[in-house]
Amino acid sequence: MVVEQVSVFVENKPGRLSKVTRILGEAGINIRALSIAELGEFGVIRLIVDKPHEAKAVLTNSGFTVGVNKVLAIEMGDEPGSLARIASALGDAGVNIDYAYAFIARAKEKAVLIARVDDIKRAEEVLSREGIGLLSAEELQSL
Amino acid sequence: MFEPEIETMPVKELKELQLERLKATVKYCYENVPFYRKKFKEAELRPEDIKSLEDLAKIPFTVKDDLRDHYPYGILAKPLKEVVRFHSSSGTTGIPTVVGYTKKDISTWARLMARGLATAGVTSDDIVQVAYGYGLFTGGLGFHYGCEELGAATIPAGGGITPTKRQIQILKDMHSTVLCCTPSYALYLAEEARKEGIDPERDFSLRIGIFGAEPWSEATRKKIESALNLRAHDVYGLSEIWGPGVGMECEAREGLHVWSDHFIMEVIDPESGEVLEPGEKGELVFTTLTREAMPLLRYRSRDISVVDVEPCECGRTHPRMLRVLGRSDDMLIIRGVNVFPSQVEHVLMRIPGIGDHYQIIVDRDILDVLRVKVEVTPEVFSDKLAELEALRRRVEEELAAVLNVGAKVELVEPGTIPRTPGKAQRVVDLRKGKI
Repeated sequence: MVVEQVSVFVENKPGRLSKVTRILGEAGINIRALSIAELGEFGVIRLIVDKPHEAKAVLTNSGFTVGVNKVLAIEMGDEPGSLARIASALGDAGVNIDYAYAFIARAKEKAVLIARVDDIKRAEEVLSREGIGLLSAEELQSL
Repeated sequence: MFEPEIETMPVKELKELQLERLKATVKYCYENVPFYRKKFKEAELRPEDIKSLEDLAKIPFTVKDDLRDHYPYGILAKPLKEVVRFHSSSGTTGIPTVVGYTKKDISTWARLMARGLATAGVTSDDIVQVAYGYGLFTGGLGFHYGCEELGAATIPAGGGITPTKRQIQILKDMHSTVLCCTPSYALYLAEEARKEGIDPERDFSLRIGIFGAEPWSEATRKKIESALNLRAHDVYGLSEIWGPGVGMECEAREGLHVWSDHFIMEVIDPESGEVLEPGEKGELVFTTLTREAMPLLRYRSRDISVVDVEPCECGRTHPRMLRVLGRSDDMLIIRGVNVFPSQVEHVLMRIPGIGDHYQIIVDRDILDVLRVKVEVTPEVFSDKLAELEALRRRVEEELAAVLNVGAKVELVEPGTIPRTPGKAQRVVDLRKGKI
């Protein structure tokens, strides 16, 4: 079970995040989670939104370079040690986490780890064997 | 080969021939052109001082402005009575340059072109469609006379006069086997033919294309070859020196042979004027050895290339110039290294998804800084920073390898680089005014 993440290329200068989020807001697209990674003069804004393809379309129309790719939304307990459990399960199985970011769901006492891994299939197997849940796009939106 | 004896003449004999003709040309210029006499006197040089090919370096350069300053007839070595034709190029600065030809010049040019056409593989059995412009521009008539001299069936389908639809009809109905035009027109022809439902392999009989008069790349060559189903050759010429026919690619297509019995080709540092060795990149300088109406001594072409004097597999002994890299007017000097915007473009074009929009920025910190801005397209974008960084570095490495000077590559958002109708402003030099 994978979810789609929207990533946007931005130059590392003031006003870029504001522009990206304003465009999404005006299009009625809700942001669930977000991370910003930067390297020198450029960066990538990664977003989990309710309508990824619409988000891509509106951002592309505004001149941004946008990608949509598959990531895992891994359910974890909001308690000590739960991230370590996921990380070691994947690590032991030889699955590399390219990057990850986490957020806490308001309603349920849950946290979610958004992770980009190098081998989605293998990660899914390992996590399921360990009894770690993965969220679908719909589940993610209902949190 | 059209003239195998001279085309394969041992280099030593060619040099002897060149020296003999150089001495005669220098004397002829001195005696018949006041402009050259004045130049020699200013340089305290007498025609007798030119005793070897190396002595050529003592002669001052001739530049395009010299031709403009003597517009229209002031640089002719023959009275107008003996001139049978003029060609002229307008240039961008306003005052045209005028080039005169005697009857003998016209026939020498025709032989030179015929030799060049044969070098590209054209024979008297070919049907040659000359789609270069006929008129003041040298392209059309230059090819025309050369084709006739060679004995090929020549179709004067002058570009710009003959509509493209008609060009396509001629290609199809008259089974032209050779097409001569600018590379951009060849691409346009191919495009229009495809729109008409023509399959070049089925409907055309083309086997050779000779393209020139504007800079083009290996990538364009491949594009034209597959679009028109022919083998493309590069041709070089300058309107000030006859026109097309100065250089032509043989079947090896590793540079253009420049005919030593008609020209002495030198490469110079465009800044210092110093003569460079073969293999070094610089500005091409030509001295004509067989022209009557308008001989030129050390004429600066402004074209940047590299000369290759190694033996060619085709057996011709005449040196080769590589495809023109750029114009010396466009040259940037970065930390003492000559850099041409065209070199940057060539590197970027090799990397898929990069290169349509780029900008070169030159600035000075303590040293010169060369920055190349490249727009990130969806084709090269990755959500992983490491991959974007790897792309950035790859562009930097490839640029450094070609330019011999480091460039800092910046990835920018699409649309950041200003679009202008027509020629884009590819180079921004911020050093002006800085010490």
